[in-house]
Amino acid sequence: MSKLLTPNAGPASLPRRIMQQGRYETITMLRNGEQLILAIVLPLMALVGLVVTPLLDGLGGSRVDVATPGILALCAMSTAFTGQGIATGFDRRYGVLRFLSTTPLGRTGLIAGKVLAVLVVLVLQVLVVGAVAGFLGWQPSPEAWLPGLGLLVLGAASFTALGLLVAGTARPEATLAITNLVWILFGALGGIVVPAQRLPALVQSIVHYLPSGALGEAMREAFLHGSVALPAVLVLLLWTVLAGAAAIRWFKWN
Amino acid sequence: MASLDGKMLRVVSGLSLVAERGQVTALLGANGAGKTTTLECAQGLQKRTGGSISLLGEDPDTAGAHLRSRVGVMLQDGGLPPSARPIPLLRHIAGMYQNPMDIDALVERLGINQFSRTTVRRLSGGQKQRLALAAALVGNPEILFLDEPSAGLDPQSRQVVFDLIAELRDAGMGIVLTTHLMDDAERLADYVYIIDGGHNVVEGTVADLLRHDHGTEASIGERTLYFDAPPGLDFTGVLGRELRVSENRSGSYSVTGELTPGDLAALTAWWAERGIMPASLRLEARSLEDVFLDISGRDVR
Repeated sequence: MSKLLTPNAGPASLPRRIMQQGRYETITMLRNGEQLILAIVLPLMALVGLVVTPLLDGLGGSRVDVATPGILALCAMSTAFTGQGIATGFDRRYGVLRFLSTTPLGRTGLIAGKVLAVLVVLVLQVLVVGAVAGFLGWQPSPEAWLPGLGLLVLGAASFTALGLLVAGTARPEATLAITNLVWILFGALGGIVVPAQRLPALVQSIVHYLPSGALGEAMREAFLHGSVALPAVLVLLLWTVLAGAAAIRWFKWN
Repeated sequence: MASLDGKMLRVVSGLSLVAERGQVTALLGANGAGKTTTLECAQGLQKRTGGSISLLGEDPDTAGAHLRSRVGVMLQDGGLPPSARPIPLLRHIAGMYQNPMDIDALVERLGINQFSRTTVRRLSGGQKQRLALAAALVGNPEILFLDEPSAGLDPQSRQVVFDLIAELRDAGMGIVLTTHLMDDAERLADYVYIIDGGHNVVEGTVADLLRHDHGTEASIGERTLYFDAPPGLDFTGVLGRELRVSENRSGSYSVTGELTPGDLAALTAWWAERGIMPASLRLEARSLEDVFLDISGRDVR
């Protein structure tokens, strides 16, 4: 009989555990067909749709220049909010969160791994969307990339916090419904791809305070005018802090 | 080494137990007795509202990765992601440890290679249990918590799992398991805590528990003789003393009490005189199940 048990030598280092979990979550996300549709296919369809229709004409740039920053913002919402929210909701249902939190990974490592996976998928989305947009004539100024990517990370942080808040408090079926519905509502009317001035008057006044409107506006400001929309950044920061605190307070692990 | 002493919510209170290295400690109780709650407090999965728990000398509520790396946990519901395949999942969990177990050997030992290409979602109950056990063992734990390890296991898997548990125990691992199956406890446990209504009622080795009467009417050394013979036999006079004789179904008899060799001789002699050959004959000592039922009552709650 082979001797299975060998002496325990403690946990792998924290960075290695987070990398391990991040890699695992990334592969799981990329293998999930529905998530890929939400993360890549729908944003690309929206990009093409905005480029071939006159919806964004007269907003201080070519159609693709106005559309692409908002599509990148939409990508962050897809992955961090809807994708991660649904995955976490079902992990919670199946006890995966409980089991993993008994391993050396722990709860903080688990969250860190999820955040890492969101960032990796976001990088892939930026590469794909950026390439397609470039093919459609998008030529952002190189200086816009640094603030633009910083804003995407901030947007991903606030949407991850919101996604975890929903996933940790609602049943997974409800999480699925809520995060998809919010994605559609924010996508169409939340100021993320269609700027506030082109939206119905009813929603115009509130989109600036939504994470979707704030991220869309800040991204367009960065890529179209090379400037930082400070009020929008503050709105995003506020959402991140509030949703993060609420998720920490109310997240149920089982 | 892992000791619990405390009050948890209202579900578990006045419970106190100790589990030693190199032993299998069983928490035995009916559904809802507080077994899982107790285990989850010890694993740090539930915050307790009072009492104290020491796991390898540390408080599980504030424990870090180092303590978690020394403790393996198999949850009642498995906790395995449905879309995962067994071997990549085990490799992933192994990545959380400095010196994980040899996955190929573990997979071979638990027969996981028979279903290594199936996703968790499509595994049978017994296959899931074996995978969950492997996942709990992958980090070479010093303490292993198993919540209902034999649930859903077919007889062959059960043998494999029980043999492995015994081997790990002999190698010095401290194993704490819950079960509502007396047979599991009798076969596996070195020390048993019977839990009822959130507190421990009786504790001891299996032999201890079988020997004592725990303050119930059941007496020490009680045995039951079962046999099948023609219906309607009256042999109360043959066994003069306080033995309880009953014909449970037509032709199916039981004799319960402190049976002696003399009783058996008298009964078989009585059969011989009448040319009766029983169709079946079985003698049983008091089982842990009898002890458990005597203590926690026979009514279903």
